[in-house]
Amino acid sequence: MTKNLAGTDLDVNEEGYLTDMTQWTEAVAEAIAAEEGVGPLAEGHWKVIRYLREQQAKGAALTIRGMGKSGVVTTKELYDLFPGGPLKKSSKIAGIPKPVGCI
Amino acid sequence: MSTPSQPVKKICLIVSRGSLDGVYPALIMANGARMEGIEASVFFTFFGLNALVDKTLDHLKVPTVGNSALNMAMPMLGLPMTMPFPTWLGAIPGVSAFATHLMNKEMDKLDIPPVREFLELISDSGGKLYACKLAMDMFKLKREDLCDRVDDVLTVGQFYEEAAGEGSHILFT
Repeated sequence: MTKNLAGTDLDVNEEGYLTDMTQWTEAVAEAIAAEEGVGPLAEGHWKVIRYLREQQAKGAALTIRGMGKSGVVTTKELYDLFPGGPLKKSSKIAGIPKPVGCI
Repeated sequence: MSTPSQPVKKICLIVSRGSLDGVYPALIMANGARMEGIEASVFFTFFGLNALVDKTLDHLKVPTVGNSALNMAMPMLGLPMTMPFPTWLGAIPGVSAFATHLMNKEMDKLDIPPVREFLELISDSGGKLYACKLAMDMFKLKREDLCDRVDDVLTVGQFYEEAAGEGSHILFT
């Protein structure tokens, strides 16, 4: 399905996750964040978002434990930055697929 | 998924067993809840306190005696899962430690943290860790014997108060 955010038509799945991460822009991230009740996006958010996109591009599996150990953000900070489902919300804002792991 | 009309808002897990496999499911469920934005508290009672006592929590074991499902772990030894694990074998010193070692290795591959790190993860994510007052008294334990991530020592009544609220669920493991 298609969704218009920040003036662009984006391919998204039924949960609103971008299906093509190349369609992502910073303006799109801001728009998704606003929908998710996160933000306004500050440097702390962007660090996480950039890290997620790098990891996704590498094909790495994302876990909450891995995030805490990344050196980019602590577990506490991650929960504070993206309240109500930190990994899910940050992934959505970063324009990458919903994480599938249980950890 | 459509939005359910009565979402799970909080999960309260009771851990009553102190083996590795007795403790992990609740830790995974609690952490998983926090990841979904669901509140989580874990109440450790009876032998479950083994996972909160500072001196013991790094040494939880997989029981190899009286564990009739240990055939599940046979593939870790390159053997078929249908092969039963004889109880007499499990009684030999070191076998439980070896089974524990194998299990920990497999869990690490899946990015499942060791118990101490798992407690820290849950605590950092805003989950609550409680010890049962009665079990503490029974095992002659004091607050300072517990890992510093424990939020409080609660009576059963206090735990039920803590568990109150719409969309809150209590699960005994």
